[in-house]
Amino acid sequence: MDFATLLQMLDATLRLATPLLLACLAGLFSERAGIFDIGLEGKMLAAAFLSAAIAAVTGNVWLGLLAGIGASMILSAVHGLASITFRGNQLISGVAINFLAAGLTVVIAQSWFAQGGRTPQLSGDARFNPIELPFAEALQNVPVIGPIYYELISGHTILVYVALLMVPLTWWILFQTRFGLRLRAVGENPAAVDTAGVSVIWLRFAAVGICGVLCGIAGAYLATALQAGFVKDMSAGRGYIALAALIFAKWRPWYALYACLLFGFLQAMSLRSDVVAGVVGFQVNGQFLDVLPYILTVVILAGFVGKAIPPRAGGAPYVKER
Amino acid sequence: MDVMPKWADVVLIPLISILLAAILSALVILAIGENPWAALKLMVSGALGSTYGWGYTLYYATNFIFTGLAVAIAFHARLFNIGGEGQALIGGLGVAVICLFIPWPHWTLALLGSAIGAALFGAAWAAIPAFLQAKRGSHIVITTIMFNFIAAAVLNYFLIGALKAPGMEPATPRFPEATHLPSFQDMFNFGETTFFRGAPANVTFFVAIAACLFLWILIWKTRLGYELRSFGHSESAAKYAGISPTKIIMVTMLISGGLAGMMAINNVQGEAERLVLNAVEGAGFIGIAVALMGRSHPFGVLLAALLFGFLYQGGAELALWTSIPRELIIVIQALVILFTGALDNMVRMPLERLFLAMRRAKT
Repeated sequence: MDFATLLQMLDATLRLATPLLLACLAGLFSERAGIFDIGLEGKMLAAAFLSAAIAAVTGNVWLGLLAGIGASMILSAVHGLASITFRGNQLISGVAINFLAAGLTVVIAQSWFAQGGRTPQLSGDARFNPIELPFAEALQNVPVIGPIYYELISGHTILVYVALLMVPLTWWILFQTRFGLRLRAVGENPAAVDTAGVSVIWLRFAAVGICGVLCGIAGAYLATALQAGFVKDMSAGRGYIALAALIFAKWRPWYALYACLLFGFLQAMSLRSDVVAGVVGFQVNGQFLDVLPYILTVVILAGFVGKAIPPRAGGAPYVKER
Repeated sequence: MDVMPKWADVVLIPLISILLAAILSALVILAIGENPWAALKLMVSGALGSTYGWGYTLYYATNFIFTGLAVAIAFHARLFNIGGEGQALIGGLGVAVICLFIPWPHWTLALLGSAIGAALFGAAWAAIPAFLQAKRGSHIVITTIMFNFIAAAVLNYFLIGALKAPGMEPATPRFPEATHLPSFQDMFNFGETTFFRGAPANVTFFVAIAACLFLWILIWKTRLGYELRSFGHSESAAKYAGISPTKIIMVTMLISGGLAGMMAINNVQGEAERLVLNAVEGAGFIGIAVALMGRSHPFGVLLAALLFGFLYQGGAELALWTSIPRELIIVIQALVILFTGALDNMVRMPLERLFLAMRRAKT
């Protein structure tokens, strides 16, 4: 494998890791506040559909992004209603949301666009286009650094940079602000937060809301940046991989970035199995690379590579003492 | 102590939940410009209006009984087995191996063999998540989700590799003639009038009914069932009573995985008579809705599975004759899961208040 191929692979890694990272951080906020969310997949899918649909109709990708976030927020509200207000089972609610999105997107897409459950192809301003960072052209011929800057760092859509910036931002919010402290506390010991006079309900809804925004961006990225339009089931298990990355990262933002980059790299490898075969010297089953994130997660969960301990109050509805 | 009479808990709440799901589904149909009443009539006539329709309804229901029971027994031990899909896929692998490599003399023996094979393969696939939950404390929901994906890859691996039939399609060869299970058409053929013509319902339906009965006995009439339920109610109390959590988790998940795997008798041996990619088609997930709606009771699961069988066949008819896509069924399924599972309290709380007020008014 030469240097150019390596750069191409890493470039693909970054593009494929972006939706994982956004969804993973979304799950991070929610689960740190004690709300399990296996509905990341569904929220991404709903956002992907509505962002592509609105972008196709209006021709403006920013309106599409807003609509995508809106769709994801609505599902988040359902999840919040079920798991916070009505103290229902958070896992079951997540499952329901995944199916709701999987079904509704196709039903609505079919009746809206009549193209077999997809949206029209997006082009021009209806998509997020790559942005060239300053001096990328000029520096292109500088050895080593030039190609890295030109190929790998420059030339992504704005959402890729947003996702990367979200990592330090998430870290800062969770670990440096009062809101973050309370949010983490509500996931560990909600009774203590309640005793301190802070509303558990409000904090958890805020966390679920942030989760909705981030999933919305992730979904919009899928349909308007990574690909040009919505197709049925286009999230393709990414919500679950993000969940796996979250466990892999043990619910910490920076580790989430590394986990998502690793899983993105695995996805990039399964797309370029010819390159992988060239490096390791034999044909690697693409299927195997596809499921490697899941296998790795099971290994992590088995506790062979350090124990992953979830937030203590995760999954349990909070009932005020009377 | 119970605020509500038992009938309200068992009948009224599920009914209201279904009604809510139905109203929302009707709104969706209305929103995409179709007539919900006409759609319902088409579904009823398509799924229940002929023995052909019934044949399909019962075929789907058979699948859902197995996956519903699988989720239900796990619920009794407060375990959430989302992995029915993967377990049923691997169960299909078991059926294929049994049917292809053993020369069966008669279908009855083949049915017995494939039932054991399907159950063993499905149980084996559930065993790893169960072990990880029992011994390493890893969350069974996450591991079973992961195992669904891994199962799909394993199946794919065998269907393009060792078990592939000659040709382009990733599928096994056809099973030998001796493993053919009698379909309802074979069984209810009275000379000039043939019922269930061309429908895939087969003898497995009776196996499913037997499984319901078996599970009812297991849960309420045996020591294991008692241990399993007490573990579900309170893990610490069960532990104090000398019940081993490891044993309960393992045994429950093995039975659950085995039941999910046995679905493959119906769809792989009974219908397709060969193993194809994605043979389960989401039935494993419908098991969740079925178990929730059936209140984890084998009889409730049977009724809920029949309802979902009707929805599936009716939905196929809708997709055939109207512009309503098949995915509407997934929406209905999601709404049922949402209302009977996650938003249960939304229905329950006002009802409890109502019953409380009625009781106060009486005294």
